[in-house]
Amino acid sequence: MSKAIKKSPWVVHFNCNSCNGCDIEFLACLTPTYDVERFGVLHVGNPKHADVLVVTGSVNNRNKHVLKNVYDQMPEPKVVVAMGACPATGGIFADCYNVIGGVNKVIPVDVHVPGCPPKPEAMMDGIIEAVGILEKKRKGETVDAPVLPVKVVKGPEAPPMTPEMQAKIAAAKAAAAAKAAAAKAAAENQPEAKAE
Amino acid sequence: MESLQKIISNPWVYAALVVVLTPFAGALLTSIDRKLTARMQGRIGPSWFQPLYDVAKLFSKNPMALHRPQLIYATLHLVFMVVAVVLLALGCDLLMVLFVQAFSMICLVLGGMSVRSPYSWIGSQRKIMQMLGVEPVFLVMILALYLRNGSFLGSGLFSKAEPLLLSMPLMFLAFLCAIAIEMEKSPFDLSSSHHAHQEIVKGVTLEYSGPFLGLIEIAHFYEFAFFFGLMMAFWHTNIIIGLIVAFAGLVFMTVLDNSFARLTPNWMLRFMWTVPLSMALANLIWLWVK
Repeated sequence: MSKAIKKSPWVVHFNCNSCNGCDIEFLACLTPTYDVERFGVLHVGNPKHADVLVVTGSVNNRNKHVLKNVYDQMPEPKVVVAMGACPATGGIFADCYNVIGGVNKVIPVDVHVPGCPPKPEAMMDGIIEAVGILEKKRKGETVDAPVLPVKVVKGPEAPPMTPEMQAKIAAAKAAAAAKAAAAKAAAENQPEAKAE
Repeated sequence: MESLQKIISNPWVYAALVVVLTPFAGALLTSIDRKLTARMQGRIGPSWFQPLYDVAKLFSKNPMALHRPQLIYATLHLVFMVVAVVLLALGCDLLMVLFVQAFSMICLVLGGMSVRSPYSWIGSQRKIMQMLGVEPVFLVMILALYLRNGSFLGSGLFSKAEPLLLSMPLMFLAFLCAIAIEMEKSPFDLSSSHHAHQEIVKGVTLEYSGPFLGLIEIAHFYEFAFFFGLMMAFWHTNIIIGLIVAFAGLVFMTVLDNSFARLTPNWMLRFMWTVPLSMALANLIWLWVK
């Protein structure tokens, strides 16, 4: 049985707003040059038939629910492979307002494959690594979460404010307060004007 | 040696042997099919034991089902397919074999219809269309066999010394088209397909997972061996030539699968009720006149 699970990993591939670079490279694994089917890997379109979930792209707030749904539909034992830089940290999209930055913030990841995009060889290596973890999970052994192969890099901080900018902001605030007070006074005076 | 022959000729022992050995034969045929497909695409392809690994893996997954009827339909699909294979192997009534095999397909359709997934529903509806296309050809074939052998019994196949293919060549071609539909080969792979990311994903078997998908896979092995055996029966006088005929049929289906895109259900029905059915009927009339 444990030999069988190692010999037939069926893969479902989910694209969380990837730029399609990783996806094309991943599909290239099926071509005659790489032929991932010789390891028994089948590319299935249905999470209910799959053992390995391959995620590409930086996850965002819109598709994190879909990702969770796909993950929940897979029968145990299952593993998740984060393919590329984006699903590890958000990649070059890490600073976008909608990007969560990392699959492991939504579902537990077992293997990270670094690269933008990773080479097909690296992808196959990642799948084979995942198959080993799949067998461990079937036996009921605990599997540690992997250490991220890259540092999370954020964009540069905003520059500190100069005294002139601070003075400008203070003046603007004072002007706004004065305007508000004037408007309030006008509103208070209005009923008297009407009474006259 | 003689005592061994005596044991095997006991119908119970024979039936048990058929039940045990047929799925392995079906798995071997499936891996030949996958290997051939891979070689045609210039790939190495999976190992020879791949179908067995796949089924063993499916049975090691945690069971996950939507509801109980789904499991009953998957089991019945397998059971009726096994019964059809055993009935054929024991040389029983061919009409009975046909009906039991059709009922096995009906169970698959009911299983697909019992869930709410739209893909599963579309797959089931297409499976019914496929059965509509295939069953008349099978029926005409059995009528032709009756005309030739004077019996509906499967054992009557061996009553004549002349091979079947020589008196039923057109029927064999029509039968090949019918098998291509039953085996889900392009351009007829409408209700479920072996390849990912197609219009209705996995069709009828979409909502099955783990061990229950494994049951359907085993039923598929039986089905493959069943149709391979029927192709061999077209040259029953010599087992080597019979194997060659059946293998040629298998290669033909693999070529068909790799060189055609999927077509629509309506096209399939129109095709099956014109070309193969008229070929089968022409063969029937010829046997009648002769």
